Amino acid sequence: MKLQVLKEKYRAKVQELVLGATKEEGGTRSCTVTVGGDSCLPFHHFEGEVPNRPVVAMEVTDIKPNWNPKLLKNFEDVFEKPGEWARKNVENFGADLIYLKFDGADPEGEDRSVEDCVETLQEVLQAVGVPLIVSGCGNEEKDNKLMEAIAEAASGENLLIGNAEQDNYKTITAACMVHKHSIIAKSPLDINICKQLNILISEMNLPLNKIVIDPSIGGLGYGIEYAYSIMERSRLGALQGDKMLSMPIICTVGYEAWRTKEANVSEDEFPEWGTQEERGVLWEAVTASAMLQAGAHILVMRHPKAVELTKRNIDQLMQPFSYE
Amino acid sequence: MIIIGERINGMFNDIKKAIQEKDPKPVQEWAVKQKEGGAEMLDLNVGPAVPDKVEALKWLVEVTQEATDLTLCLDSTNFKAIEEGLKVCKLPAVINSTSAEREKIEIAFPLAIKYNAGLIGLTMDKSGIPKDADTRLSFAMELVAAADEFGLPMEDLYIDPLILPANVAQDHGPEVIKTLRQIKNLSDPAPKTVLGLSNVSQGCSNRSLLNRVFLAMGMANGLDAVIADANDEALIEVAAAGEVLLNQSVYCDSFVKMFKQR
Repeated sequence: MKLQVLKEKYRAKVQELVLGATKEEGGTRSCTVTVGGDSCLPFHHFEGEVPNRPVVAMEVTDIKPNWNPKLLKNFEDVFEKPGEWARKNVENFGADLIYLKFDGADPEGEDRSVEDCVETLQEVLQAVGVPLIVSGCGNEEKDNKLMEAIAEAASGENLLIGNAEQDNYKTITAACMVHKHSIIAKSPLDINICKQLNILISEMNLPLNKIVIDPSIGGLGYGIEYAYSIMERSRLGALQGDKMLSMPIICTVGYEAWRTKEANVSEDEFPEWGTQEERGVLWEAVTASAMLQAGAHILVMRHPKAVELTKRNIDQLMQPFSYE
Repeated sequence: MIIIGERINGMFNDIKKAIQEKDPKPVQEWAVKQKEGGAEMLDLNVGPAVPDKVEALKWLVEVTQEATDLTLCLDSTNFKAIEEGLKVCKLPAVINSTSAEREKIEIAFPLAIKYNAGLIGLTMDKSGIPKDADTRLSFAMELVAAADEFGLPMEDLYIDPLILPANVAQDHGPEVIKTLRQIKNLSDPAPKTVLGLSNVSQGCSNRSLLNRVFLAMGMANGLDAVIADANDEALIEVAAAGEVLLNQSVYCDSFVKMFKQR
């Protein structure tokens, strides 16, 4: 007897969003990257379309990052030169996008000027052809000034700019509107705030297909299941026609994985846990794998080896299949 | 909760006059106004306005869809008028309605399938509206069986267990609620349910209160759609809040506004 496969029918899909702009489109990127467009649960190829593969954005910071030495050694020749670092991520490690984070702008830290940061942005834009994601230092006041300047300096490049949050979204949204960039809407592991923030941003007339959700995640073993539930709920909402939950999702996998104890403690302390770097790589790759299953579209990652494992995982998950 | 706006109906004087004079303006204004209020579909009923129901319903369809892209609910007892209306609908519509009599079923279900339309089925036959839930349910079963027999997807069937005014037939209220609950057990997937909500308060005082309380009670028992006053703001607020409280839509601070805008 033939197996009867019960399929869910959904009435809507995830927004499709394009990052970057080529010369013809008013930017200088050599390619654009499209994410989203799914009309089914993650990788349910038998129930709907998964038109675009999830992508990996590799992190670059404007100053030498405060990362674990085992991670940092992969970039020791470039971490003082963001342009070269970005190029290495793309050419050697296969990054689909560059995630440029301005930790150096923090007034509590190096307090780099807006002008210096814009110069760093130009350096990275010139060094690579892939689209860019840009994120601030976390200080609201400084980030608002910085992102206004960045949006203007890269006008037409269709950057993905973060982070807009419930209490601080207007300046960044306006900057994205004027200079035609997309925005990251970040909520603190809360589906209700996630939806409300998308509404607030869209009420300023930024189109829905220019918004990416950052639900805030946890690393493996550090609350990842909450992120999973929220992403699943968001995807189900999108598929059932809730437009305010229909945006693609970005997950800061590298940041979360590399702040776990398991990725950082030395072999001397826990000899039975195996080598430290391998642990870190696996923690990052497994976190990424769970987020892919939960419906992530853009993974922000750090370790080249973890990126390699994740890209292989994506290849496998993108193999179409049906039960016919 | 699907709100089907009830206002484009020849029972109302402005619409009656519009139909008689072929003046699209009042119809189109009500189409837009009901959409803004929160309607997801619009009921179109010629009422007693003109002798030629066929031509009038067709005209209502044409002028309404010039003003809005909402789903249209073609409300008539005349299947000829409904078919002519369906022919000019640009988007899939809903047929309102058929009773559970065999001869009507045999016309209505094939018609719905031919035009890819939804169908509202009433839990009654020639002998009128049943007094109790069990009889309503047996008619509902006839309609579900017909959907299966003719091949109408179950999600396109809307069963109306028929509510009567509270000041005329108070005993029908609990029977309708009981029927709503049981309709959802008739098949998997279950058919949808619908009520002509304003009927519950026909001729009563404090109509809006009766309407919205019955809406909340209905929603908790499986009510999916109502033909109602889409511009009764308090009613729409109850629908929006009900969806949140039944976990049918994800809560956000702007939940009422989002309900109206979708």
